[in-house]
Amino acid sequence: MAHVPLFSLLIAVPLLGVALIALLPRRAEQLAKPIALGAALVVFSGTVAMWFGWRTDGPRFQYPESYTWIPQFGSAFTLGADGIAAVMVALVGVLVPIVVLASWHDAEPGKHSVRAFFALVLVLESFMLGVFAATDVLVFYVFFEVMLVPMYFLISSYGGPRRQYAAVKFFLYSLVGGLLMLASVIGLYAISSNQLGKGTFSFEALLSLHIDPVTQRWLFLGFFIAFAIKAPLIPFHTWLPDASAQAPIGVSVLLVGALDKVGTYGMLRYCLPLFGSAAYDFAPWIIGLSVAGILYGAILAVGQSDMKRLVAYTSIAHFGFIALGVFAFTAQAGTGAVLYMVNHGLSVGALFLVVGFLISRRNSSLISDFGGMARLMPWIAGVFLIAGLSALSLPGTNSFASEFLILIGAFGAHKAATIVATVGIIFAALFVLWLYQQTMHGPLIPELAVTDSPARLAVRDITRREVAVISPLIGLILLLGVYPQPVIDVINPAVDRTLADLHISSGR
Amino acid sequence: MSSILDVLWLLIALPLGSAVVLLLAGRRADRWGHYLGCATVAASFVLGVLAFLALQARTDRSVEETLFRFLGVGSLKVDIGLLYDPLSAVFVLLITGVGLLIHVYSIGYMAHDSARRRFFAYLNLFVAAMLLLVLANNFVVVYIGWEGVGLASYLLIAFWYYKPAAASAAKKAFLMNRVGDVGLALAIFLMFANLGTTSYSGVFAGVGNLSSVTATTVGILLLLGACGKSGQFPLQAWLPDAMEGPTPVSALIHAATMVTAGVYLIVRASPIFNASPTAQLMVCIVGAVTLLIGCIIGCAKDDIKRVLAYSTMSQIGYMFLAAGLGGPAYALAILHLLTHGFFKAGLFLGAGSVMHGMKDQTDIRRFGGLARVMPATAITFGLGYLAIIGLPPLSGFFSKDPIIQHAFDRPGWSGWAFGGAALLGAGLTAFYMTRLMVLTFFGRRRWAAASGGQLPEPKESPWVMTAPMGALAVGSVAAGFLLSNADALSNWLAPVVGAPVESVAHKLEPLTVTWSVLGAVMLGVVIAAAMFARGTARSEPVTANPIVLAARRNLYADVINEAVFVRLGAWAMRVLVFVDSRGVDGTINGLAAVCGGTSARLRRLQTGFVRSYSLTMLVGVVAVILAFSLAVFR
Amino acid sequence: MSPTYYLILAAALFTIGAVGVLVRRNAIVVFMCVELMLNALNLTLVTFSRINGTLDGQVMAFFVMVVAAAEVVIGLAIIMAIFRSRSSTSVDDANILKY
Repeated sequence: MAHVPLFSLLIAVPLLGVALIALLPRRAEQLAKPIALGAALVVFSGTVAMWFGWRTDGPRFQYPESYTWIPQFGSAFTLGADGIAAVMVALVGVLVPIVVLASWHDAEPGKHSVRAFFALVLVLESFMLGVFAATDVLVFYVFFEVMLVPMYFLISSYGGPRRQYAAVKFFLYSLVGGLLMLASVIGLYAISSNQLGKGTFSFEALLSLHIDPVTQRWLFLGFFIAFAIKAPLIPFHTWLPDASAQAPIGVSVLLVGALDKVGTYGMLRYCLPLFGSAAYDFAPWIIGLSVAGILYGAILAVGQSDMKRLVAYTSIAHFGFIALGVFAFTAQAGTGAVLYMVNHGLSVGALFLVVGFLISRRNSSLISDFGGMARLMPWIAGVFLIAGLSALSLPGTNSFASEFLILIGAFGAHKAATIVATVGIIFAALFVLWLYQQTMHGPLIPELAVTDSPARLAVRDITRREVAVISPLIGLILLLGVYPQPVIDVINPAVDRTLADLHISSGR
Repeated sequence: MSSILDVLWLLIALPLGSAVVLLLAGRRADRWGHYLGCATVAASFVLGVLAFLALQARTDRSVEETLFRFLGVGSLKVDIGLLYDPLSAVFVLLITGVGLLIHVYSIGYMAHDSARRRFFAYLNLFVAAMLLLVLANNFVVVYIGWEGVGLASYLLIAFWYYKPAAASAAKKAFLMNRVGDVGLALAIFLMFANLGTTSYSGVFAGVGNLSSVTATTVGILLLLGACGKSGQFPLQAWLPDAMEGPTPVSALIHAATMVTAGVYLIVRASPIFNASPTAQLMVCIVGAVTLLIGCIIGCAKDDIKRVLAYSTMSQIGYMFLAAGLGGPAYALAILHLLTHGFFKAGLFLGAGSVMHGMKDQTDIRRFGGLARVMPATAITFGLGYLAIIGLPPLSGFFSKDPIIQHAFDRPGWSGWAFGGAALLGAGLTAFYMTRLMVLTFFGRRRWAAASGGQLPEPKESPWVMTAPMGALAVGSVAAGFLLSNADALSNWLAPVVGAPVESVAHKLEPLTVTWSVLGAVMLGVVIAAAMFARGTARSEPVTANPIVLAARRNLYADVINEAVFVRLGAWAMRVLVFVDSRGVDGTINGLAAVCGGTSARLRRLQTGFVRSYSLTMLVGVVAVILAFSLAVFR
Repeated sequence: MSPTYYLILAAALFTIGAVGVLVRRNAIVVFMCVELMLNALNLTLVTFSRINGTLDGQVMAFFVMVVAAAEVVIGLAIIMAIFRSRSSTSVDDANILKY
């Protein structure tokens, strides 16, 4: 297993797909879709192979690779995954084929370039895999920033009416965070060249640094703000509803489901082990922010009139849970947080996709354009309910295990915060059931009540392609809801190692 | 050879599998779906009986079975594990037994509903979740079942989702249950934080090490969870609204089984409550308050199902009261739970039968004289009625009377208060149940006048509906005597809640209490019979009596919820939406606007005239030279 | 003769050139003023070279001459192009490259 350059292959395969798409003649541009799907499926099978080759008792970073990159800066193109990164890579591997299939008709010829859309999705996949698989801080930073580019074009070229505004907002927010992070990355390099004699960006080498607490705080903030914008935590969140409401559905899934996870992933993987003392200093504040975000996102979700914005605000609440788990500094909460990242990717993905099904039937994402739909589309209603129940963390769906782990892990150290966060589950039920009642329950809205009206004829139940899109997610939601332990077994050792590093670098 | 006790998971898996099959099969299963639903519950019932017999044959009377590891992180180890002991055994029999009867009844009741298959799927889902709840061997699995039954309840209340009232009621039920769930969840967190385990055995063994404050907190949090699920004060408002669901649902979930889960939880967690007299007192207070609230509102309602719903609330109040009294009264709580399961399910099924005959009319003022046209319904309903008011020797007498007795036995003022409340409740129960009985089955046929003769004569329901009603009526008559004879239930439950005390010194003579209870009941019956024998007005009589007005409006529970939570929540939501769009996002957009505006102004400097550029350059050069000169010659 | 006089002369020439660039509109005149400034600079360089006794300044002056020659070629070409399209050599007429 050690001899297969797995992650390089995973990063290269989508780019290979992009090259193929670029070679397509214009009249064969529809071929871009199967090529993209094929590349995404190859990556998916690669992640499956990684999953079954994973050794839970193995070394910290598995499938390691290293290539000379910029030796002058002490930076090498090193890849590898600990348990935290592995599940995120798997999440990306699962989500992208689904998104490709879900976006099959989203970039129709005449309106936009089909080739560019699917090529951008593949580029995005490649960069996301890179950001999770990087074990060199500079490589991580480069992928972190360059990820913005395909996402920017996906939103600004294929989005809704206010796509330019949303795309620029997304780009600027992320860029501000990225620049702060760059400053901290350079700071780390400078400290490493002082302490180790030779500057390096290698994550494992940087773990051995002894940084004084004051410097730690500044470096921590640089990383943390970048991640807090990405995740996003309040008050850095307002780009997310705009971006995910304007982006096409598949892109929203990737944005909220996978790309934003880089934020919480980074907090756990980089902020905690590198700047332990600062993490302890700031933890109370960040936990306060997370808990506030849980309630704030949930209450605002109920106040939305647009389904996509509603789902985006629910995600802000869920990111609050994840951040709470990361900064509770216990094995349960940390493991729960990572599990929550995976679960949220699946459940918010399913939720966005179902919302997309609804939008495609009514050409509107306003909640007021729906009502009583369960009568016309019972299967979609059922799928919607399962996705929604996962969003409200009902036991038996995936999110429950993670939310439970976070809360039970955080309770010991942060009682008041955990109690408030637990109250948040009431609000979670409120926004899910409110949305479900408004769209699916009740009498049909007048426009649809007339049989044979054009609006009514446009409303049909789930199609075969949609079944193929949604059923893997629903299956995973239920499977991980009943039997999450195998995933926990992958995550837990990595979280334990991370927390051990945290304690070493905090000196407590 | 494997015993039935090794495959307890089958009890849960059968109805769950059936639910999955019915939901996935779609319309193809419409013709046989209800048979599958009934068959799996019947199979679970048979397994339950076999398991019961197997357990009886054992000496240790407790079987634990670990299925798989659910969550294991560090010191936290949560298994999906089952515990089959006398208490779970009783519940398994109740759930599958009454559940089976109600499944059979639903075949007839839902015969004309095109979504009957979906109905049976949800019912099966409920049975599976409820079985998981009572068979769990740790609090996390209880929580899973706890929310599972909440989901089934939501789905079934909203079964007729196109009715806005049903959709709202379902949401309300789920939300108020979630408030309780928060209590249960926090109790679990507290257990883990203090004891490092969530399993029954671990927690109960460690209760002695808890400080009294912690024990009380855990107890009160569990009570909060129980209140949510059981429709007890202050989380009672969802239960009457839940009657928007089909009547079999009200019978199974909102009378016989799910709403009694709160009682189950308190009895199951009896070691915790035994360790905290304060928590026990709280349970008693909740029980006493709710039983009175339920009775008072029940007297003022005109909807047959809502009267029964408030009655359920009130009877569960009795169970809470008993559970709060502790000691020998735990078994009484379970006894009342069982007898109530029989007679209340029977009453609800009877109400459903009446509605079936009356084309879904639920207003008792439009009934009357139905005994003649629906004899089977009237007889079974009547037996349930006699049981609930506590007439000897029907089952309600054997369960309610000792509860009142034990309530009086509590030392000090609280004994008089709880005993008095329970006694008053018994009288009020007799009053409103007699009113319901008389207005529905006796007197003039007001329905004939109401419909102007258009309504066809109501017909008795088919046998598939009346047979379960008959079976439940038998239970209503006999269960109390059979279970309390020679302390049968108390002895059976002894391994869980402690052995029954041999000789109890009662504060009041048992006979005195019995006679006063019977006196109160008779008084209630006589007053109601006198008031309503000649029927009632078609509309609510105008009154200025504040108690009646308050009772008609559910003692203002909904008004308070509306004012405090809904209004306040909506206000907070609007404020936050404003803050978010104008404040948080406004700051960012404002910053962007400042940048844009500044650059728009600065841009004007770029005039296009070369000379102005060169002047700028000159000024710049001069400024730089001056700055250097100042630096050098200062 | 003190080299200071050369510096004063250079400064005077430079000032004349600078003022010319600022106030004249005819592109050719502006151009000649720029040349005047460059040559004033050359004079300064040579003077300092003399004062310091090194050749650096004179070498620099040669560079400036080469640059000035190249600049004349490009500058006159631009002026010719503008004149052809606008029939004017006034710099104020070529003002469309602005905000």
